[in-house]
Amino acid sequence: MAHVTAQDVFVDFPIYGAQSRSFKKALFRAATGGLIARDHDRIVVRALNGVSFELRDGDRIGLVGHNGSGKSTLLRVLAGAYEPVRGTVAVDGRVASMLNIRLGMEEEATGYENIYLRGVVMGFRPSEMKPLVDEIIAFSELGDYIHMPMRTYSSGMAMRLAFAVSTCVSAEILLMDEWLSVGDAEFSEKARKRLNDLVGQAKILVLASHDESLIEANCNKIMRLSHGELTSTEVIGS
Amino acid sequence: MNAQRLAKATRDLRVGILSVHVWPTLAWQEIRQRYRRSVLGPFWLTISIGVMIAGMGPLYSRLLGQDTASYFPHLAVSFIVWLLLASLINEACTCFMSAEGLIKEGRMPLTVHVLRVIWKNLIIFAHHSLILVILFMFYPPPLGWGLLLVPLAIFAIAVNALWAGLFLGMLCARFRDIPLIIQSIVQVMFFLTPVLWTPGSLGRHAWAAQWNPLNHLLEIVRAPLLDGRVPLLSWAAVLGMALVGFAFVVPVFARFRARIAYWV
Repeated sequence: MAHVTAQDVFVDFPIYGAQSRSFKKALFRAATGGLIARDHDRIVVRALNGVSFELRDGDRIGLVGHNGSGKSTLLRVLAGAYEPVRGTVAVDGRVASMLNIRLGMEEEATGYENIYLRGVVMGFRPSEMKPLVDEIIAFSELGDYIHMPMRTYSSGMAMRLAFAVSTCVSAEILLMDEWLSVGDAEFSEKARKRLNDLVGQAKILVLASHDESLIEANCNKIMRLSHGELTSTEVIGS
Repeated sequence: MNAQRLAKATRDLRVGILSVHVWPTLAWQEIRQRYRRSVLGPFWLTISIGVMIAGMGPLYSRLLGQDTASYFPHLAVSFIVWLLLASLINEACTCFMSAEGLIKEGRMPLTVHVLRVIWKNLIIFAHHSLILVILFMFYPPPLGWGLLLVPLAIFAIAVNALWAGLFLGMLCARFRDIPLIIQSIVQVMFFLTPVLWTPGSLGRHAWAAQWNPLNHLLEIVRAPLLDGRVPLLSWAAVLGMALVGFAFVVPVFARFRARIAYWV
């Protein structure tokens, strides 16, 4: 049973060293972005403004909203990076964050070492990664390149490896910022299938995207964010 | 609310310390990253420090009018342990800032980033210990039970580095000028701490060195290696520092732990 509850979540980003007035005006003029408030003598950008929701098994959430509406912040709150300034978030279940699938990988390390490095960042011990390594290497189609430093890889090769490692274990709660697409036509078909399997196995999916057709294909609910507020939750197809 | 914060902070510390597959990996990775394409790796630094000590030892013993046989080992041990202390302090300042990506993306305990810095510097210290091995071939240390306390002394330094690192890491993430101030202080402390000189040469002012916490951290490693003593006063000071340090830092960490992700 995976379960997520968010109750009246506020997230404020403090802006230090900002020259208050002009900066504030400039931000207010912008059409996008969250609310800006003054708290004592510092400026804060309110990225999430009292967001509440509950996610249960089977929920496939499409998170939509314009740039700066708080989608990524909400994903990071669910990933556990940001703790809300006010309100509570309870996440019950193993979370896999696909927000930055290359996080933890190093250019100078070989592809092989990077499998373990990425694994550590994903929360796996080397002993847990070991049985998965062969499959990861096979999937990434890197062949002998796996023993070369990652700086020698083309960007496509590096992405393939990052993708193969990041998707090697299923999770109960899957967080994604836009759909991952990697490689040439042939590989991207393979990757699409693998990602679909992963999404299918997850009990809860939260996918932030601007692509409505993508969301319709993968999600059963849409949560709309605007200026850090949850404006509506719709069930798709009703 | 406060009890909850405290519980989260102690959990962070506990899970962080127990993540023995995480911080050593990150520390090794950082070292390998830096020395990847060099044959000798961190030993390059060891060589340059060795050459420096070999040059300074005889020179400063003359300048300060001290017996080379006692001054040389003093300088070597003090200098190498000082480098450990100085880099622990300086790098603790950036422990959270340098891990921005990891902090903003996931739930890794924040303690891990301090432990990474500590472990990395202990690895580099181990490389530099080679100089001590060579030195002790010429100036053998007094054999005795006191030597067994040397590894324990290194551990005591690491324990103090944990609370200091948590504190400095938080402070520097919030106030970006602090690392520069700390750097200057560390530079000045190099001359004020008995590294180049011995506390004994202060004569009746030797008490002044006792008020320098860094001197005690040096002394618990140095004394057993140089004259087989167990410096009880310094051990008491170091353990006291650890107790007071954690008593101070744990509540601060509890209060500001969740803010670190917003600061980096």
